Formats: sequence, structure tokens, C-alpha cells
Amino acid sequence: MLAPEQNWWKPMDRLEKTWLTVALVWCIFLTIMMPLWYFQGKQNVPTETYRTTPQQYAVTVNEFVAKYQIGEESINGIPFPVVAPPAGSDVYIRASAWQWYPILQLEKGKEYRLHLSSMDYNHGFSLQPVNINLQVLPGYDYVATITPTSSGDFTIVCNEYCYLGHHTMVGKIIVK
Amino acid sequence: MATLAPTFPWVKGAKDDYRTCPVLTLKVDMHAERLIIANAVMAVLTLTIGGIAALLIALTRWQTFHLLDATWFYRLLTLHGIDMLIAWMVFFEIAGLHFGSTVLLNARHAAPKLAWLGFILMTIGGLTANVVVLFDPRNTVAYTAYMPLKASPVFYLSYILFAVGALIAVATFFINIVVAKREKRFEGSMPLVAFGFMTAAILATYTLLQGAAAIVPAFLWSMGVISSFDPGIYRNFFWGFGHPAQQVNLAAMISIWYSLAQITVGIRPVNEKFSRLAFVLYLFFINLGAAHHLLGDPGLSFAWKAVNTSYAMYLAVLGSMMHAFSIPAAMEVALRAKGYRKGLFGWLRNAPWKEPGFSALVISIVIFGWVGGVTGVVIGTEQINMLVHNTMRLPGHFHATVVSGTTTAFMGLTYYLIPLIFRKELKLKKWAVWQPYVFGGGMLLLSLGMITSGLQGVSRRNWDITFAGVVPGTVELTLAIFGIGAILAVIGGIMFVTVVFVSVLTGPRTEANKLLLVSGDGNPVLESTKLTDHMMEDKQNQPRGAFVLVFAFLVWFAVYYFTNWWLLGRTWFIR
Repeated sequence: MLAPEQNWWKPMDRLEKTWLTVALVWCIFLTIMMPLWYFQGKQNVPTETYRTTPQQYAVTVNEFVAKYQIGEESINGIPFPVVAPPAGSDVYIRASAWQWYPILQLEKGKEYRLHLSSMDYNHGFSLQPVNINLQVLPGYDYVATITPTSSGDFTIVCNEYCYLGHHTMVGKIIVK
Repeated sequence: MATLAPTFPWVKGAKDDYRTCPVLTLKVDMHAERLIIANAVMAVLTLTIGGIAALLIALTRWQTFHLLDATWFYRLLTLHGIDMLIAWMVFFEIAGLHFGSTVLLNARHAAPKLAWLGFILMTIGGLTANVVVLFDPRNTVAYTAYMPLKASPVFYLSYILFAVGALIAVATFFINIVVAKREKRFEGSMPLVAFGFMTAAILATYTLLQGAAAIVPAFLWSMGVISSFDPGIYRNFFWGFGHPAQQVNLAAMISIWYSLAQITVGIRPVNEKFSRLAFVLYLFFINLGAAHHLLGDPGLSFAWKAVNTSYAMYLAVLGSMMHAFSIPAAMEVALRAKGYRKGLFGWLRNAPWKEPGFSALVISIVIFGWVGGVTGVVIGTEQINMLVHNTMRLPGHFHATVVSGTTTAFMGLTYYLIPLIFRKELKLKKWAVWQPYVFGGGMLLLSLGMITSGLQGVSRRNWDITFAGVVPGTVELTLAIFGIGAILAVIGGIMFVTVVFVSVLTGPRTEANKLLLVSGDGNPVLESTKLTDHMMEDKQNQPRGAFVLVFAFLVWFAVYYFTNWWLLGRTWFIR
């Protein structure tokens, strides 16, 4: 709180220098970990993105559902189509207040190109209990190339606030 | 060059409008004093409103009580964000800037009218935001108001008014410094604490400008002037405001750490160069942090995310790690110089634990660093963020930083502002002694409850997670920990507000006669000037204990960091 003496540019002593060096090395290590995982790791944040519009995306999703629908299941009393696309194909989920549409049925160990986009507000794609969380924006077609490594019923929760029914926005992915 | 006009009251012949603080022997300009008081009062008032909202939303998220209905939950959540993260913080920081640019420099407030204009705009903006969020259902958009959620134009206008007011107040900080330098109010370099506040002021300037880049288009869009605005760009600009705003809090908090350490144990910075360098690192790198909020967003490349999220090369983190050593080290040296030299931690055992400024300081440093800092770096790791984005781990992290860290430090300092600036005797001293422990303990539980809930997939900003029907049973336990922590913290908050208002509103105005509140009659600030280089360099006074503590911190950091990579490695393959 008081003004320092005139010449405060003094060499650091041993403890400060040691800590500064160790901290800097740690920071460099933290930096390197990200590209290392990017090239070696199996879990990376998707980057593939295309421009779209809600109207255009809705048409694509409807065509996709019509092509691969195998049944129907209801969530919170609302019927949703269950869609079983072939492995390796492009699969689509449409986010809108307050639905994830449709229900996907995937195969364990197979790769899919999962498209995510919103019809209205920001939504949060939160796959539970796998715990993968991505942001879904209107106008952006976000492509996540995923491979389910476990089977069962998984829930998609919306974790970005999207007005008052936000907490009711629940979807489903089935992995056989 | 012509001399400046003798408008300054201390110049011979001018009207006396300052007093000399008998405790710190510094001149206090009366304009500055009134400005500090006004801003501090608004800060505590908004803290009170935000605190009431905090209790109600916490009792809603604690599933056992589930108090509010969904509409009120989201409404008060919006209010809580605005009052705490914006109003309380910024009002207090503006009080700090007025203090740092006048009292600490022995200088006058060179632009009081401008500063009052800023204060009035901030007050109007803040109150308007409160009113429109409470009474207009359109404005339940959370404090981030992500487009295309559309609030009423008045909502955005209140943000703009507040930000313009804050910008004006920050401008007076720079005016004061320039004038003080010209009038030779201080010799040589600025004190470290003022230097830290200047870092905060520079960060605040471009933070507020970036905020304008998000909120002004949103305002125009809500009025129908422009038809659309890219939601991704909005997020980028909003966090260009929202994230650096937290770094303003950080720089202000660290300045206050140095102040509290000097007030309570009489530190002299171990190495001015070291500490100042750490502030400069903030200045250069911390603005990249907006990316922390966009790591799960479409449209951005890995390289963009990785470079920005790491502050170039974790250089701002390096700044924090430097302060994390330099402040405890300075405390250790000062206490050792007083004779507490036994073992590694004898100085800690003999520290003034009953002095609220000291306990608030230690609680703030420990929870900020060990919980807030570590979780922050981990969440900000590009890939790990996928496990965390918008889950409850996120508020768990920032409640450890802005609340346990910044708010506790601000509260600690407030206890000293009451005798020194408000010139009122501190009442309910016993409450003040316990308050930092109750508040800090509560906040620690709250953060741990949130983090462990988030680890199980519980999302933030969600009225009822049981709706999803996926949450394992242990969530009830972790949410109960969160709820109990929230109640304790609210009790701590009530204690703080009560002590402040009882002290300020009762009793006569009286000059302070001592600095310490409960631990004796010493004056550590003046004692610190007697710490000679010889004493600082004495082998027996070396900060070995602090050195051990930072290495323990690093070990914990590494353990938490690698655990998260391990968790990531277990999830589905994704790219």
C-alpha cells in the first residue's frame, strides 16, 4: 500500500527463481498436453461445422427420419420416432424448445457423423451418463463424429437455458 | 510548461477539503471519501438483494426442498447473476479504484463530478435491471441473455447505462493518476496496490468496450432496428466482456490481498519486480480467456480454442501462481521477522487468526487457489471442457473464485473501511471475527457440492434435474452438501451485512485511532516500513513454509488435472 523505494528492480532470490521456473515448466506442460491429446487422444472436441438455416435443417431431419424410422416411443407423453440409421452414416438431431428430435438407435462400436443444430435458441447437448457436453446454436450445423463405446439407453439433457420449459427438454439415444 | 491551475484544495490559499487519516497518516480527499462510501454502500445493497435470491434458488436446487416454481427460479437466477456478478463486484471495485487513485497516492480526486455522473448512471442501470427482471416476464433470460433469447429493450439499456457509468468511473481513475503524477503527489513508482488497481482499470476498460459490442447489437435487435445477429458472434463478444470482467475481479482481489496482508501482518512485498511482473502478465494474456466459454461451440478450430483458452501459454496462470507464492511468502517473512521462527509453519500458528482481515485473506487465497484456480485451469483445457461445459461443475468453479475468493476478500477489506473511511467504530466485533469462517466454510461446501454434482452430469441453470430421470442417487447427497453450504454462506452473508449496517448507521462519527480491529493496538502498515532489507534477507526469515505450501498446491493441481484426463479417456470416442 505504500510507495516502494526508488529502485525496486532487484534480482529475485533463490526461492522465487525456483518457483518461477517450476511454475513456467508446468504451464508449458499444460500447453503441450492439448495438441498431444488432439493427435493421440480418442476424445476431442468436434470442429466440423457448416452454415445452415432452421428451415433447411428441418427439411434434412425430416428426410432422415422418413428414411430410417423403425418405430415410435414417447418421452414425457409426446411420441417421438425411433430412427435406426446404418453405421457410418450421417445422423441428425434437431434441438428446439423443448425437444430433442428424433430418438436415435445406434450400434455400439460403430462410427456415426452426428449433426446438431437448433431451430430457435441456444441449446446444450448433454449426453448422460456419458457426460459429453456441446453447445448447439441456430444457424450452425455442428458435426460430431462419435463412436458409442457402451450400450444401453442414454438421455440427452438440455444444459443451456432456453426459457421456462428448459428443464423439460429431454431426448434419448439407444445403443444396441 | 505552465503550472496547473491551483484548483486543488491543498494548494496554499484554497479551501481545506481533506483530512489526514491518523492511522495511516495519508491524506484523504473528501470527494474521494464520499465517492468511496457511496459506491461501497451500493455494493453492499446489491449484495443483499443478490444474497436473498441466492438463498431462494439454492433451496430450489436442493431437491429435498425444491422451493420456488420454475418461473420464479429462472427469474431470480437472472437477478442473482446481475446483482452479484455485475453490480456488487463492479460497485466495490469502483470504490477500490477511487481509493487507489487518491488515498494511496496522497492525491486529490481530480474529477469528482465526472465520478458522480458515473455513479448515478451505474445506480440507475443497476436498479432498472433489477426492476425489469422482477416485473417483466420477458426478461427471464439469465444474466448472459444469449441471443436469440429476446429480452425487452429496457433490459439491454440498463446494461448499457451501467457499463457507461462504470467506464466513466474508470476514466476518473486514470485522470486521478495523471494529475497526481503531475502535481507530484507521490514520488517514483506507484505503490504495488495502486499498480494492481491500475491493472484492473485497464482490463475493465476493454472489458466494458467488448461488452458494448455484444449488448448494443442486442439492444438494437430487440428494438427491431436490426433483424438478426449471429448467436455465435454474440457469445464471443459477450464473453469478451463476461470473462475479462472476472479478471478485473481477480486483479482487484489480488491488490486487496496485498492490502490485507499489509494491514494485518505488515508485509513488505518480497520482491516488487516479481509481483509487478505477475500483474503485467495478466494485462497481456488474460483477455484471451473469453474462449473458455466457447470451447464446446461450433465453428471454431482446435488451434483457435487451444491458443486462446491457454492464455497463449498459460501465462496468465503463471501470473496467478507467482502471486500465490509471493503473498504467503511476504506474510511468512514479516511474521518470522517478528520472531515467530519455529519450524516450517510456526509463523502460521502465531498468525492473527482472530483478525477478520487476516482470516478473510487466508480463506480467500486458499479457496481461490486450491478450488477455484485448479478447477478453472482444468475446465479451460480444450478437450476436458467437454465433460464440464454447462454442468454444475462450472458454477462450482466460479463460486470458488468470485465468491469464496473475491467476495471474501472484499468483505475482509470492508471491515477496515468502516473505521478508516466511514469513520465509524466497528460494532459486533465478535460477529466480524467469526464471519469469514462461516462464510468461507459455507462457500467451500457449496462449491464442493456443485462440483461433485456436476461430475455426475447435473446441469447448471436447471429448475428440476429429476425431470431427466437419469441422475444417480448420490446426486441427492451432493446437492444436500451444496444446500447446507449455501445456507451457511447466507448466514455468513447476513452476519457481514448486519455488522456493516449496524456499524455505519449507529454511533457517532469518529476518527479511527487504531488499525487492527481485534488483535491488539499495533499498526502493521507502519511497522512494515521498518522491515529492512537486512531483515528480509536474513536466513532465518526465508519463506520456506510458503515454498512447501506452493509445492503441495502443485501436487494437488497435477492430481486433479490428470484425474480429469483419465475421466475423459473413459467416455465415448468423439472428434
